[in-house]
Amino acid sequence: MQTATQIPHDVNYLDYKGKYKGIFAWIFSTDHKRIALLYLYSIMTMFAVGVILGLGMKLELIAPGRTIMGPQTYNSFFTVHGVIMIFMVVIPGLPAVFGNFMLPIMIGAKDVAFPKVNLLSWYFYVAGALLVIASVLFGNGTPDTGWTFYAPYSFKTGTNLLPAIFGAFILGFSSILTGLNFIVTIHRMRAPGMTWFKMPLFPWSLYGTAWIQLLATPVVGITLVLVALERIFGIGVFDPALGGDPVLYQHLFWIYSHPAVYVMILPAMGAISEIIPTFSQKHIFGYKAIIASTLAIAFVGYFVWGHHMFTSGMSGTAQYTFSVLTFLVAIPSAIKVFNWISTMHKGSINPDIPFLWAVTFIFVFMIGGFSGLVLGALATNVYVHDTAFVVAHFHFIVFGGVGFAFFGAIHYWFPKMFGRMYNKVWAKLGWAFFTIGFLTLYSPMFYLGMMGMPRRYYDYLPEFHAANILSTMGSWVMTIGLLIIVINLFRSAKLGPNADINPWNGKTLEWTVPSPPPVENFDEIPVYGEKDGPYEY
Amino acid sequence: MEKEKHHIVPYKVYVYILLALISLTFGSIGIVHLNLGGYSVLGALIFSTIKSILVLSIFMHLKFDQPFLRIMVGFVALVFSAVIFITFLDYYFR
Repeated sequence: MQTATQIPHDVNYLDYKGKYKGIFAWIFSTDHKRIALLYLYSIMTMFAVGVILGLGMKLELIAPGRTIMGPQTYNSFFTVHGVIMIFMVVIPGLPAVFGNFMLPIMIGAKDVAFPKVNLLSWYFYVAGALLVIASVLFGNGTPDTGWTFYAPYSFKTGTNLLPAIFGAFILGFSSILTGLNFIVTIHRMRAPGMTWFKMPLFPWSLYGTAWIQLLATPVVGITLVLVALERIFGIGVFDPALGGDPVLYQHLFWIYSHPAVYVMILPAMGAISEIIPTFSQKHIFGYKAIIASTLAIAFVGYFVWGHHMFTSGMSGTAQYTFSVLTFLVAIPSAIKVFNWISTMHKGSINPDIPFLWAVTFIFVFMIGGFSGLVLGALATNVYVHDTAFVVAHFHFIVFGGVGFAFFGAIHYWFPKMFGRMYNKVWAKLGWAFFTIGFLTLYSPMFYLGMMGMPRRYYDYLPEFHAANILSTMGSWVMTIGLLIIVINLFRSAKLGPNADINPWNGKTLEWTVPSPPPVENFDEIPVYGEKDGPYEY
Repeated sequence: MEKEKHHIVPYKVYVYILLALISLTFGSIGIVHLNLGGYSVLGALIFSTIKSILVLSIFMHLKFDQPFLRIMVGFVALVFSAVIFITFLDYYFR
């Protein structure tokens, strides 16, 4: 057997012939780059399923009354759409794909600290995804609780909920193992001389994210186990008929699921913090302020979960506290936006594809952020709670934030990952369709929510018709954009022209290794000098 | 890594800790029968905290490890304490 030290440096990770062949060379590989691609393909597959379900929901809402599905099917559609998109796409999206691929290279390491645990985390991901799919295909009907599995309905519904709950539980293990791996890797495997404040911002964002993954995920794990026990044995933790408290479920669920928003958004912010200085050809403005704001978001983000529960019957004291804390988390987010804009100021801007995605990210993230303040304020929250306004807000944050950053990141790092360049004309077209479609799809929902259209209904009053038509048409335009992006990238991965080592003139370590990188990344581990830094333009 | 010293805990210490954990478990169950109302949760949490400290410091060797790791675990404990405190801002003022 070939040992790690015998692997020749001139063989890239895509061409490397190891012990196994064919698909086994991938699913048994402990190379962080191959695992990243396994995650990429798995996540994109689940994303496609989520998109199809979303398109079905929007088509149902093109007209009042029943269009293509009844209420029960609609409930199942938004439940599975939510479970897939949250647990299988946006939470693992950036950390599992770009974190796995880029983190070791960006800090000058040959792999993550625990490569086998890294592969195990992907196995957990696949097992969790299969269980959720099983809940759709087998049993007494697809789950209809919404992705939040709220009590007491989650143990009253006759649908096939247990596999979905166990699927989410197992996906949590995947997340925890990835977080643990990243923390140890960052602490123990940085290149000699790369002090904490010489580390690039993407690894910093993964570090903040990893702590959330490690600390918050077990809470939702045990909560889902309690729901399963409640459903099977009727133990009475959440069921008011048995002396339980359904609001306790909401506390426990959101103690994880709000920080999970930061698991999604922090790596997205990290990727944007890499793209903007590269395409402005300028040192990032406020490097330490961005790090501080990353850690502040990760920390304060733990304490704002109650803003999901303002209308659930919480005490007034808790409501005021959560409202204030929610407003506090806006400060570090605003610091980041200020620093990105300041980085661009007087920079030598190259408006190439990744940069377009990055600036659009800032635009949609700000709309999502400001609408979040409307929801964080007690008085306005009561007015728009559980309306289409909330759906618009979190799609601007979660899909707008993570989606735009994900596509920005893949267009930024694609030449490094695959050693080939994509077609830039098609890439720009994909970005334009996606952006126009996204804004047309979700912006009308702000209006609909303000006018009182509730979320999670397959039907609506006739006065909401025009805005819903616009929104549905937006979903079609956005899907055309998605198809252009995906086809262009898939085609280019095989047939695109060879990419240079450093096509964007980036200054971080991944741009010093060949494209695609060799199996062990570096011939010799790089050494950071006194004056070296990640953004020295 | 080779320079780091590994502290070896005698078996009898493990046995003492095990006995302490069992006693504290009975304590946390017993406190429910004292009818302390809302404070029974506080009591149970105190018992659990002592148990966690014993497990972390002896079984998981935190007592004998680098101070940096103790600070990290302490920070995590602080976060969880804050989460529990904020949750009870709802329950005690509802």
